[in-house]
Amino acid sequence: MTVKQAFPGQAALRQTGRLYALGLDVIRCTFKRPFQFREFIGQFWFIASVSLLPAALVAIPFGAVIALHLGSLTEQIGAQSFTGAASVLAIIQQASPVVTALLIAGAGGSAMCADLGSRTIREEIDAMEVLGVNPVQRLIVPRVLAAMGVAAFLNGLVSVVGVLGGYFFNVVMQNGTPGAYLASFSALAQLPDLWISEIKAVIFGFVAGVVAAYRGLNPGRGPKGVGDAVNQSVVITFLLLFLLNLILTTLYVQVVPPKGA
Amino acid sequence: MGVEVAVEGLGKSFGRQRIWQDVTLTLPAGEVSVLLGPSGTGKSVFLKCLIGLLKPDAGRILINDTDLVRCSEHTLYGIRKLFGVLFQDGALFGSMNLYDNVAFPLREHTRKSETEIRSIVSEKMGMVGLSGAERKLPGEISGGMRKRAGLARALVLDPQIILVDEPDSGLDPVRTAYISQLLLDLNAQLDATILIVTHNINVARTVPDNIGMLFRRELVMFGPREVLLTSEEPAVKQFLNGSRIGPIGMSEEKDEATMAAELAAGATMVDEIRGVPPQLEPTPGLPDRQAVHRRRARVMRILHTLPPAARHSILASLDSTDRFAR
Ligand SMILES: Nc1ncnc2c1ncn2[C@@H]1O[C@H](COP(=O)(O)OP(=O)(O)OP(=O)(O)O)[C@@H](O)[C@H]1O
Ligand SMILES: [Mg+2]
Repeated sequence: MTVKQAFPGQAALRQTGRLYALGLDVIRCTFKRPFQFREFIGQFWFIASVSLLPAALVAIPFGAVIALHLGSLTEQIGAQSFTGAASVLAIIQQASPVVTALLIAGAGGSAMCADLGSRTIREEIDAMEVLGVNPVQRLIVPRVLAAMGVAAFLNGLVSVVGVLGGYFFNVVMQNGTPGAYLASFSALAQLPDLWISEIKAVIFGFVAGVVAAYRGLNPGRGPKGVGDAVNQSVVITFLLLFLLNLILTTLYVQVVPPKGA
Repeated sequence: MGVEVAVEGLGKSFGRQRIWQDVTLTLPAGEVSVLLGPSGTGKSVFLKCLIGLLKPDAGRILINDTDLVRCSEHTLYGIRKLFGVLFQDGALFGSMNLYDNVAFPLREHTRKSETEIRSIVSEKMGMVGLSGAERKLPGEISGGMRKRAGLARALVLDPQIILVDEPDSGLDPVRTAYISQLLLDLNAQLDATILIVTHNINVARTVPDNIGMLFRRELVMFGPREVLLTSEEPAVKQFLNGSRIGPIGMSEEKDEATMAAELAAGATMVDEIRGVPPQLEPTPGLPDRQAVHRRRARVMRILHTLPPAARHSILASLDSTDRFAR
């Protein structure tokens, strides 16, 4: 933006670099006192309130779809007894963190980006810096931590709701047996499955928070710039999430031996 | 006493768009300076460079022997404590009421008790004429009020350098006169270095000790007020007269052809404003402005380098003050 392009794609690289720099800055400032506790609580409450209901509403059909789909698949290959385990693992490990992150990015992150963006164009952020207060520590850290906290919390909720939804559809709609569902579950699922799910959710929350903050702090000029920034922050977050999910899943599969194998 | 700000060879561009280049000026310690310039010449950008919010591409900004352009983030945060800045639109925190906005710097940087804070805040709010509006949110007040609240917040830590971006825009003429007086009174009380960015010819003619003007991506001139006020430079003259006749056009600059056509069509200046009006004095009862004495000594040293018109005007004003003293 400021210098001539030396090679194609340089601008994109520079943006990426600055996004990383902000991420590191957030981590560094997290350990700086004083911690902005009130801002954190306020933001936590805000993000939770905008994403809680949609998360629950999305979780039920999502769990159901996965259960139905796996139910019919397992029936075709004669492995009905594993429907429970398969759908629970799919929901907890994949569906739930991703759904959570999409909602945090879509509902919480976009609102956060719009808020920070309008503060930036009203020069509030500049004013804060001039008053000797670091806006990253003051505004961004509480928001990113809140996004991570809400992600962990929502992930638990979405998992439970999704699993219940899956159970209901499997047992009621596909005439599965409750006993088999639960038994296969305890035969194949293990505690690390839950951990990876929460770890993913927290990392996704971090990414959603940092991307929203980055775009919010660097909007284009004017109100239109803020609108564009919000839009882009959601799209960028989605792209990054799916990429990260691939990496994390690959790592997990390599590192944690599956149970019963 | 205020701090000297020395700017050397400063240049700034955004991508291909060059805003200004080779700006060299010194804001003398404790004096009041005004920066003029048509809209869009980068006056606000200049202010933002001075406080390190934007990074110039070239040049140096020296404050207390520290170069703001190249110092570490940590040093920068330290130096910013010297500044009080009023942004063009006030830049109040939208989520806080006026009281909390003005109290913000005190709560962040001092260990004062809430009672002390309350008395300081109400004093500053009184100074800018906003007593009674403490509980209002920035969204609920007029632009002029936001500006005055922004000024109160900038003053609350008794800064040594005060930067003010268009204190007059959005204010009625009477309030503008009060703000001008307030800025001079502050200078008398704090002896702070003040830079005012403005379009207001009245403010430019009566408030500052020094005036500069940005035009066509350069600093046209900067110096004692008499120099600019008596200048024959077409752009300066046109600007001070608020006239259509001259090199400044509706967009950034006009071309020679339009100008010649206008002159040929017989456009002449009506009611030309010239001369150097007397400078405002601090409100009676306040201490003398130390800047006046320092400036006189400084100007006398450089007197021989100044253009004749400015020299006459300076000598004439000295005569009259001497006569006054006698
Ligand atoms: N962050 C930025 N990115 C890109 N261009 C910018 C930026 N800030 C300012 N500009 C450009 O710099 C130029 C000068 O802007 P600036 O706001 O400093 O003008 P100004 O002299 O303060 O005008 P006014 O008197 O209307 O306030 C404008 O053309 C503007 O488009
Ligand atoms: Mg401006």
